Amino acid sequence: MQFGLTETQQVMKNSAREFFSAECPIAEVRRLMDTPTAADAALWRKMAHQGWTGIVFDEEYGGLGLGLVEMAVALEEMGRALLPGPYLSTVLLAGIAIDASGNPAQKRKYLSRIAMGEAHATLALVEASARWDPDAVQLDAQPTPAGFALTGRKMFVPDAAAADFLVCAARRGPDLGLFIVPRDARGLTVSPLPAIDETRKLYQVAFDNVPVAEEDVLAIGDSARAALDRALAVATVALAAEMVGGMQRVMEIAVEYAKARKQFGKPIGQFQAVQHLCADMLLLTESSRSAAYYAAWALQDRAPGADVAVSIAKAYASDAYREVGNRGIQVQGGMGFTWENNVHLYYKRAKASELMFGDATYHRERIARLAIDRPTDNL
Amino acid sequence: MDLNPTPQERQFRDELRFWLEAHAPRDWEARQSATDSMEARFAFLRDWQRQVYEGGWAGLSWPKAYGGRGATLMEKAIFTEELARIGAPPLPGILGLELVGPTIIAFGSEAQKQRYLAKILSGEEIWCQGFSEPNAGSDLAALRTEAALDGDHFVVTGQKVWTSYGWASAWCELVVRTDAGAEKHKGLTVLLVDMHSPGVEVRPLRQMTGETEFNELFFENVRVPAANVVGRVNDGWNVALGTLMHERALLGAGLQITFKRQFGRLVELAHQIERNGRPAAEDPVIRQKLAQCYAEIEIMRLNQMRAISRVMETGKPGPEGSIQKIFWSELNQRFQQIAMELLGPYGQLTRGSEFAFDDGQWSYNWLRARGNTIEAGTSEIQRNIVGHFVLGLPKSY
Repeated sequence: MQFGLTETQQVMKNSAREFFSAECPIAEVRRLMDTPTAADAALWRKMAHQGWTGIVFDEEYGGLGLGLVEMAVALEEMGRALLPGPYLSTVLLAGIAIDASGNPAQKRKYLSRIAMGEAHATLALVEASARWDPDAVQLDAQPTPAGFALTGRKMFVPDAAAADFLVCAARRGPDLGLFIVPRDARGLTVSPLPAIDETRKLYQVAFDNVPVAEEDVLAIGDSARAALDRALAVATVALAAEMVGGMQRVMEIAVEYAKARKQFGKPIGQFQAVQHLCADMLLLTESSRSAAYYAAWALQDRAPGADVAVSIAKAYASDAYREVGNRGIQVQGGMGFTWENNVHLYYKRAKASELMFGDATYHRERIARLAIDRPTDNL
Repeated sequence: MDLNPTPQERQFRDELRFWLEAHAPRDWEARQSATDSMEARFAFLRDWQRQVYEGGWAGLSWPKAYGGRGATLMEKAIFTEELARIGAPPLPGILGLELVGPTIIAFGSEAQKQRYLAKILSGEEIWCQGFSEPNAGSDLAALRTEAALDGDHFVVTGQKVWTSYGWASAWCELVVRTDAGAEKHKGLTVLLVDMHSPGVEVRPLRQMTGETEFNELFFENVRVPAANVVGRVNDGWNVALGTLMHERALLGAGLQITFKRQFGRLVELAHQIERNGRPAAEDPVIRQKLAQCYAEIEIMRLNQMRAISRVMETGKPGPEGSIQKIFWSELNQRFQQIAMELLGPYGQLTRGSEFAFDDGQWSYNWLRARGNTIEAGTSEIQRNIVGHFVLGLPKSY
């Protein structure tokens, strides 16, 4: 048993850190968050060139064929850099959904473009009920002679305006279905939802009899449900890893500040009240890291209990990132509350990430269903 | 990263399970609530350690040259987990096995190794540690128990407190001040003291649980041969610190299994106990709290696995190791509080009450957990250590 990065994974982590320090410094994050989609074509091309847009996909479709631990490594560094734009939406929501449900023709057409960095995409799942559970999907898919017509409304769709196409969860009668819809399809309206995290944009997407051709139906019934569950599980772990990177950076910023800032003639980091806030940040960050990497490994290895590991990682990181943010701001005092200080950008990402794919309360209930209602011998 | 056990780890676990199946007493948990005297219970535990020794499992990570097994840290963790899994009795010579023995191996003379190590392994001689004093707890280096050289003996006078197994011990690893003029960390020496020496007095220290796990030790002109110094005179801080590092690294290992077993039992109870007219396990508030607890117990295991992997690869503990003590002690307090909340008024009943769940185990656990954030380095000291040694913040004291 070995719970640590391999040499190759560590090399990858170091090169990702170098890449994002150079290509996406915090000034660039601030510039992009003021643009409508927070996406940057030049940065995306460079990321594709590094292979990150295809990291977990088969080489057959232009990917690198790596595993979910490598994915977590990349996401941790993206979270540390606070990378703006549609990476999570494109690669880990739309990409995994297509990978898990598409036929070879669909994968060649859509997954390859994602993997090669030629397209942005997203997943339209949540509706007005704001429930992440696929059971809550109600958007209507009516059969038509040419395929289907989608009618209804999706909420909190990440990066919809940047997407070239959307994977949409809808219902054909009682069955769940997954459909690919180009963003410029007739009857589809994307409107921004202004929210606190400006680095990852959210949208309402309205469907008014949006036509879907037969060849763009990914799956209907159990296979659609399985693909959606897989995409949500992978994206949730990816997000948890991204959150770990954010926590790490907030802790570093706070600790640097505590060493430099002097009051009463000494660095404030010498006061135990401040030091203990920093120690808490380390505890929360390292514990989130253990949980996120374990979940990535368990999901990759299809280990028993992988689903509960995913919820543990997300439940813990959801509370931890917010609490690390609270301490990171508190340590910096008034400076921490200013716009020019960078921690508020992470704090807002923390809140948005907490709410995405289910918050801690949602995932604790899921843990309860898996570990309390069906107590198994986990030892 | 591969969290599956290696073939060697699997083989080690299988071999150990096979041995435990044949030798481990099954009645330990029942015995704890029995009315045996402390002495009778201790004799039972000693017998258990002798079997472990004869089976070749004592001093697992000690070098083979000193009677150990030369096991890896991971095998050590497996051993601790397996014993916790079946609810095996603790080893009464634990302080000797985990703390004193490794200190003698690292710093002791060859004569000391020959004299003490084998009897530590077999449990023939039980050891205690004389570290903390009434005025030297978190600030251990402020200790004042004095030892003055008189010919070829040190003469020791002073008082120690919080000494586990003091009453049952044949020997004590004692930290004393041998140079009152030196800086506080630099005038300390570690002595091996025969507890039957004239001038040693052991008094029970009763805790809020009603038990006497700990003792106070009094030393009055106790003569200790100078040959019983471990390491060098006035280098005791380094010798003692080596021991404390062991203590911090190891305390959490079997605990996560113990917590999991207790949690499993609590879930069973949550399905039986009613709350607002339905099983407590269906109450949304209780479900949230139990799930949080489950998650934290699992994360404690994962932090532990990461820490072990790091030490095995680099020889040094990483940041995830430094948080373990804070993590498990604070988690246990939250866990036992949730248990009490779930059990309601019945939770407060103690051993011997016919209405107490599990013979009062839960009220005992709740009280005992209160000590967790104090023993083996308070949470405050642990956070100072993290702040200074891990995060590089200036020392606060």
